[in-house]
Formats: sequence, C-alpha cells, structure tokens
Amino acid sequence: MSKLRRHSVIPGFGLTLGYSVSYLSVIVLIPLSAVVVRGVAQPWPQFKEAVFDPRTLAAWRLTFGAAFVASLINVVFGLIVAWSLVRYKFPGRRLLDALIDVPFALPTAVSGIALTAIYAENGWIGRLLEPLGIKAAFSPLGIVIALAFIGLPFIVRTVQPTIEDLDPAVEEAATLLGASQFTAFRRVILPAVQPALVAGFVTAFARCLGEYGSVIFISGNMPMKTEIASLLIVTKLEQFDYAGASAIALLMLVSSFLLLFAVNFGQWWSTRAQRREA
Amino acid sequence: MVITKTQLILVVACLATAACSAPASTNAPAQPSVHLLNVSYDPTRELYQEFNKAFAAEWKQKTGQTVEIEQSHGGSGKQARSVIDGLQADVVTLGLAYDIDSIADKAHILDPAWQKRLPQNSTPYTSTIVFLVRKGNPKGIKDWPDVVRPGVTVITPNPKTSGGARWNYLAAWGYAWNHSNHDEKKTREFIAALYKNVPVLDSGARGSTTTFVERGLGDVLLSWENEAYLAVKEFGADKFEIVNPSSSILAEPPVALVDANVDRHGTRKVAEAYLNYLYTDAGQEIAAKNFYRPRSEAVLAKYSDKFPKIELFTITDVAGPWKETQEKHFADHGRFDQLYKPKS
Repeated sequence: MSKLRRHSVIPGFGLTLGYSVSYLSVIVLIPLSAVVVRGVAQPWPQFKEAVFDPRTLAAWRLTFGAAFVASLINVVFGLIVAWSLVRYKFPGRRLLDALIDVPFALPTAVSGIALTAIYAENGWIGRLLEPLGIKAAFSPLGIVIALAFIGLPFIVRTVQPTIEDLDPAVEEAATLLGASQFTAFRRVILPAVQPALVAGFVTAFARCLGEYGSVIFISGNMPMKTEIASLLIVTKLEQFDYAGASAIALLMLVSSFLLLFAVNFGQWWSTRAQRREA
Repeated sequence: MVITKTQLILVVACLATAACSAPASTNAPAQPSVHLLNVSYDPTRELYQEFNKAFAAEWKQKTGQTVEIEQSHGGSGKQARSVIDGLQADVVTLGLAYDIDSIADKAHILDPAWQKRLPQNSTPYTSTIVFLVRKGNPKGIKDWPDVVRPGVTVITPNPKTSGGARWNYLAAWGYAWNHSNHDEKKTREFIAALYKNVPVLDSGARGSTTTFVERGLGDVLLSWENEAYLAVKEFGADKFEIVNPSSSILAEPPVALVDANVDRHGTRKVAEAYLNYLYTDAGQEIAAKNFYRPRSEAVLAKYSDKFPKIELFTITDVAGPWKETQEKHFADHGRFDQLYKPKS
C-alpha cells in the first residue's frame, strides 16, 4: 500500500479504488448476483427441467456449436485481416481499419436485418447460393454468419497490437537462415501471435454465446433446429416463467465466466512462460 | 482556478436557459395538468396517437384540465412484464387478456375481475385473423384447408414469443375444431399440418410481416386484419391482396385500469374517462379508421366496406378462457411444443 502510494503519479489510491469497486458493484456485480439468486432459488428438479429438456439441449448444442465455428472462422480470417492492416500500406487502409469496428458500434438488430436481407433467398448473396442448394438465412449457417460478423472485431483488435510489435527483421532472419515461407510462418510468426489469437478467440466465443439481436432475425427460430439459448430465455419470460429464464441465464453466465477465467489464466500462464524464457 | 472559454460559454448557456424557462412555469394554468401513461402493444401506435389527441381535447373542454398522455409500445408480453416490474402504467391496452391477467396475478395491482368492469369483455375494439397473399393469389388460397395443403408455405410468428401468433394459432384451431365436430385428435392433426408448412417462426408479428413482404418468403401470411391493411397500404395493392377465410377468431385486445397505480397518482377519474371514451362514437370511429373493428353496430355499418362479414368465433367458444388456453397450448410441453417434439 505504502509502496503504491509512493509510486503513483496521480494521488488518491483509496479514492479511485473506492470508486472502482462501487462502480463495478452497481453496474456489474449486483445485477449479475440477482441472476444467480433467482436461478439458484428453485428446486433442483425444476432447474434441471428448464436447463436440460430436449429443446433446451438442442439450443445449447446449436449456440455453442455455432459460436465455436464462427469464432474459428474468425481466427483464420481475422488474422489475415489484422496482418494486412498492419504490414501493408495501401490506399484506403485507414478506412478499412475503421470498418472493423462497425460490428461493435452497430445496433445488433440493424446488423441482423441487414444480414437477413442479403442472405435471404431473394437477397444479393442468398440468390447466388440458392441454386447451389445452400440455404443461408433461416438455417444454422445463417446463425454462424451473424456470429462471425459480431465476433470479427474481437479477434482483429486483439491480434493487431501483437503483429505491430513483431519485428519484420525476425522473419527476414528466419528466411536468411534457410526457413521456407511456411516454416517461417509456423515457427516464428505463429508462436508470437498465438496467445493473442487464443484470447481473441475466447472473447469472441463468449460474446457470441449471448448474442441475441442479430441472430433472431436470420435464424428462423424453429424449435429443435434453429433456436438459440438466449431466445429460450425470452420465450420463458414471455410465459412469465421467471425461474426458468433465470435458470438458463445462470448457465450462460457460468459458461461466459469460465471462458473469461480461462483466457485470463492462459494469458498469465503464457506471460510467465515467456518471462522464464527471457 | 482558470476558467476556460468553453466553460464560460456553458455557464452562460445554462443561465440563459434557466432564465427563459423560469417565467414559463409561473404562468401555468390554474388547474394543474394531469399525466396518464398508457402501456400498449405494438400495432396500436397510430390508433392511440389519434385517440389521445381527441381525448385530450374532449377532457379539456369538459373539465378545463390539460391531460398529457404518454404512450409506451412493445410486444404485449414484454409490456406486461414491465408493468409487473414497476412501470407506472395508469392504463394498459394489451394484445390479449392473458397478459393483463398476469399483471393481476403476479403484481396484485389490479382487480382480478378486471375484465368484467367494462362492457364487452373490456374490449372496445376487436380484430380478426385474415390471410395476406401475393397479387393474383397464385396458390389459390381461399380458406383454411388451402393453408394446410402440402406445398403451400405459411408465414406466422412463434406463439411462444408473440401474442399475435397465439391468435393465429387459435384461429386455425377454432376452424378445425368447428369443422371436425369438436374432435380433438383431428384438430391437432390440422394444426400439425399447418405448422409443417411454416419455414420460419419470427419472434413477433411485425417480424413475420417483414419476412413475407420484404424477404419474399411464403405463399400466405397469417396476420391481424389491421396489420394486413397496413401492409397493403404501405406496400401497394399491386403486390398483395387480403383473403378473408370463411370463419376466423374474434381477437379481443382488452383494456384495463391499473388500480394501484391510478390511486397512487390520483388519476382514477381521468383514466376511467379515457377508457370509457374508447366506447363512444368518436372513439369507435378512430378505431375503425385505424383498421380495428369497432364494437358499435352503427360505426361498423358505416365502415362495412372495410370489414367484410366473416363468421367469428371467440376463444371461449373453441378453447376456453385465456389462462386455461395458455396452460394447455402454449406453456412448455403444451400442444404447440408437442408439434416439435423430437422423434424418439
């Protein structure tokens, strides 16, 4: 404590900590604990019924599956996007860079409506996919598309700083020492960006699990087929079943929490490993 | 402390607005104005905009008091939940009686017998469920049996999340019930065939209209009569036409006073007058103009070109009271869920 006070440029450690804790409590902790209290305050059979009936199970599978696939796709393309934004100078680069944040800023309902308009059978892209027998909107594929859209900035923005820190001289050295392009990528670049990629993947994944606004427009909401978990929460609320809704919400809260915990633990672990190497 | 130029401008601006607004409040009318909050559902937006203006003028003339009416719109169930959670509604005008029943049940802020307090089930205007088809009616859809034909795609929202969708479901249920001599098994088969034709279950009635009109999906949209008229008005009679089935449901979107809230605000009198005004000729005219079927025979006759005669049955005729119907059909594991049960 005394040490912190000595090194701090801006005075008022106690004050700022006080603000931080009370702010976090009012905005994050207390509302979330309400979910926990409401979710736990019900008999176990009722909880199990809400969370594990076949229809909810189908929704869990779909939600986790689609979020996983979408985040995985974003890892590949997000890396390429981040790479080209950092390493190359081309006209319109700034604009492209700003565009990455659009999914952050747009109301999710707007993105949902826009994506559905494009990917529906009579939309620009949907029309091209239909003769190939691919149904984009109103299918699980549509959900993956919406989630990929939502998750992209999370990966690009996490990976970008790491690529900026990466000295091109290191790659040159690898090539000069006889590594092929692929080997240089695999042995030099990938290890450096990998922690950021994993962190980006998990935050995008956690964000996608809870996405509602953009998905309900494109998913079609068919029971057992294209219902996501957050839609079931709304369904339960619509029947004034607060307990059932809280049960599903609690499980989503726990999974998001575990994921974020995993990211932080992973980051801590990899920085420690790096420090030991150095 | 150094005061920057911007800060100075801000201070001056604040003082200026304070100075300007102060005299305005001093010459307020002798009688204080009164506020009403009407919590309603989605498609009544235009209806109440017009109605509120008419009522405010009427009240001013009668009592000399200014009444300011605020509106809140959203999905019927969601609105009911807001009132349960404490939204200070003086009156609620929702899509179905079950939602108002739930407010009485869960929050105990209005008389459980609310539906008996006003004439005609507390429903001053009604609507029904009709078909919206593409111009020329290429699939030849005339009545309910055409809707369940294989090869016809039907657009209707999810009854679990949408009040309007529940009326759609009950309209089909009622038709099949009446045409099968009240045979429950045959009625359920009819409903199963209907939902087999549904490729997308949007979460609300407006969402379904968008799917049908903008995305070009489906051959027929099951829709509130007022919503169908709006769609034709908005998107052109050259693209869509309305088909009236031989019989359909009398959809009753009821209205009620929220006792605890009006007593707290001291607005009972004006709120009562507000709801009663819906039943007057003026109120009925406004409803009819906004494509809701008026209860008054005289006004209905005047707008008979808009509201063709359809044989209408009520929910109690074919399924029972709302609470029971909700439990049996739309609750988890109810009739609707059973349609989508995985084959195990």
